Amino acid sequence: MYTENKEILVLGLGNILMQDEGVGVRAVEALECRYIVPDCVTLMDGGTTGTELLQPMRGVKQLIVADAIHTGDANGTLVRIADEQVPAFFQTKLSNHQLGLSDLLALLSLTDEQPEHVTIVGLVPHSLENRLGLTPEAEQGVEAMVAQLVVELERLGVELVKRAQPLRGFWQQQAALERVKCA
Amino acid sequence: MATRITVDPITRIEGHLRIDVEVDNGRVTKAWSSGQMWRGIEKILVGRDPLEAWTYTQRFCGVCTTVHAITSVRAVENALGMEVPVNAQLIRNIIQTAHAIQDHIVHFYHLSAVDWVDVVSALKADPRAAAQLAESLSDWSLNGVHEMTAVQNRLKKFVESGQLGPFATGFWGHPEMKLPPEVNLMAVAHYLQALEVQNYCNKIVAILGGKSPHIQNVAVGGVSNSISHDAPSVLNMERLMFIKGFMDKLEKFIHSVYMVDVPAVGAFYLDWTKVGGGVINYLSVPDCPQDSKGTIFDLPGGYIKGGDLSTFKPIKAHGDKYFQEGVAESSKHAWYHGDKTLHPWEGETEPNYNDFNEDGQYSWIKAPTFYGERAEVGPLANVLVSVAAGHEPAKRHLNTAINTLKSVGRLQDVPLEALNSTIGRHAARAVRCAVMMDTLKDQWHALVNNIGTGDLETFNPPTMPKGEVRGFGFHEAPRGALSHWVVIEKGKIKNYQAVVPSTWNAGPRAENGDPGPYEMSLLDTPVADPEKPLEVLRTVHSFDPCIACAIHMVDTEKREIVKVKAL
Repeated sequence: MYTENKEILVLGLGNILMQDEGVGVRAVEALECRYIVPDCVTLMDGGTTGTELLQPMRGVKQLIVADAIHTGDANGTLVRIADEQVPAFFQTKLSNHQLGLSDLLALLSLTDEQPEHVTIVGLVPHSLENRLGLTPEAEQGVEAMVAQLVVELERLGVELVKRAQPLRGFWQQQAALERVKCA
Repeated sequence: MATRITVDPITRIEGHLRIDVEVDNGRVTKAWSSGQMWRGIEKILVGRDPLEAWTYTQRFCGVCTTVHAITSVRAVENALGMEVPVNAQLIRNIIQTAHAIQDHIVHFYHLSAVDWVDVVSALKADPRAAAQLAESLSDWSLNGVHEMTAVQNRLKKFVESGQLGPFATGFWGHPEMKLPPEVNLMAVAHYLQALEVQNYCNKIVAILGGKSPHIQNVAVGGVSNSISHDAPSVLNMERLMFIKGFMDKLEKFIHSVYMVDVPAVGAFYLDWTKVGGGVINYLSVPDCPQDSKGTIFDLPGGYIKGGDLSTFKPIKAHGDKYFQEGVAESSKHAWYHGDKTLHPWEGETEPNYNDFNEDGQYSWIKAPTFYGERAEVGPLANVLVSVAAGHEPAKRHLNTAINTLKSVGRLQDVPLEALNSTIGRHAARAVRCAVMMDTLKDQWHALVNNIGTGDLETFNPPTMPKGEVRGFGFHEAPRGALSHWVVIEKGKIKNYQAVVPSTWNAGPRAENGDPGPYEMSLLDTPVADPEKPLEVLRTVHSFDPCIACAIHMVDTEKREIVKVKAL
């Protein structure tokens, strides 16, 4: 179904230095560590960058974003938002700095390069302290996010191949060191 | 009766910068700048390997990833007393220069233009007249009537959809919006073209940095790029020529569009050359080192007091003692324990949050000082310092911008003091961008020439000393002078402090009560409608405020952000 390169972009967003804020980056990292994905899918650690993401987001058919998300739901809630539910526009009147995801999507729609479909897989964070590792609850949340990302990709007809031996991601390793340091 | 206005957040997403002003008789009489986010990221670095610090510091911020990476390795190299191969300096210079160009273009067109451009008014423009105007100002190929008509049609469709997207932040029809519809249409056309152009910078960064976002090629002691004249999988002439192609397109846009639009828009807002001056002490650091020791720079740095260029004192080298001894941070008005003004190597980051107390502690940002004085950093500081240092490209591009302003505004003379203002900051950023374009070309040629001599070195391996060492690194980032300070003991980080540009500009009052640059710049600003404090936004945005970087969340809840109360 998706035969060409980079038709699907799975983007992890968030700041890994702020505990659960980085849950989206960690979920995409975990996905990459456990599965071999075909060429039609790009996995990307977007961090907290703004306009640098315009280029990779241009004209993709499916954009799947993993991110910490603030919805007013209880901490740890896994949230799925798709297409018209995505708050694709500036929500506040005065603020115009720091381009967020919604702003990037709006800019792309202005140049007719917006993704055909946008899905956000979000987790309501437990804690946003300045710390590298996730809270234990968010570690569980990463599991749920990865499972959901797999569902999203399989729904699109993407065949994922499970790695016999999962890899250990860079931020996962660094977070483990942080726990040793704190102990 | 004074009216208190709180704009929170003035930056995007999670509201990390809050501005309070008191307006009396239509003018700002008091101002407070408050960072609303706990900044303790440095603590994550304590106990870690200094050689890896850059991978973390790169995540301090969402916009300036490369700048924190490069400043961090410079700090550690300084602590270890290292030299860096010339090729590595030049590759880093190209990355940081390309990044800076992107940052400046995005700031003007995509972040602050809506403070000045009434996008909806562009729908009323006559595309033919807009094209005539644009073509009279420059030879840019995308200024024609077909382009203006196409942009207007696209905009019409966008506005009719009821979803204004990035333009929804504007104050349409505000009495302070002064541009004729044709100028607004020209600005919208260039807004869209700038979206494409800024991508070229990212491509340059990605080619040399290994990937974007988050470059992977820096290392303490150099860069990890292997260079060859002809091998296909490393940095070779083919890739360098690929970069050159993007450089040529960027140059055309900067000279024919950005450097024209800023003075052309500024000519309609001449009042704003008298509003928004800050503390008028200016600090800028030298950058783009040309030698392995970091003693020869393509771009000068130094300090100017009281806006008087004759007071200029240069900052000359990596490890410069004048810079090293001058920087300190006061936490008296910030939510930290202790009220002493400390040098960054002695810096402490122990939180002590209490309420917003306008006479006491009211911000998470500390107040940096340079030899006891507040200083503005950023493109304005850089351009004034460059002029004082006699830097020819800066003088040349500044003259070009001033001549355009004179010609569009039909002015006899524009004094240099006009730069100490809100519009002056935008003009200085355009000038700085043009200087960076020249610099980018210089660094590219220098790299090609140096490789041509047969020098392929890119890395000197570091050796970690056993005892305690201290170092600092600086970089003239897009928002201004950035410095990282590191204390290393037994091969581990003992203390790490980043004194970032927005700390210099957005800091609260200092130990002696002196206001920071944002706070000073807002005093006496006229505010026509306290419910729509566009004027406050214009001045604060002219600094390119950027402290919202560390959080990036999707927020499905809308929030009330302006609070107005009468006192």
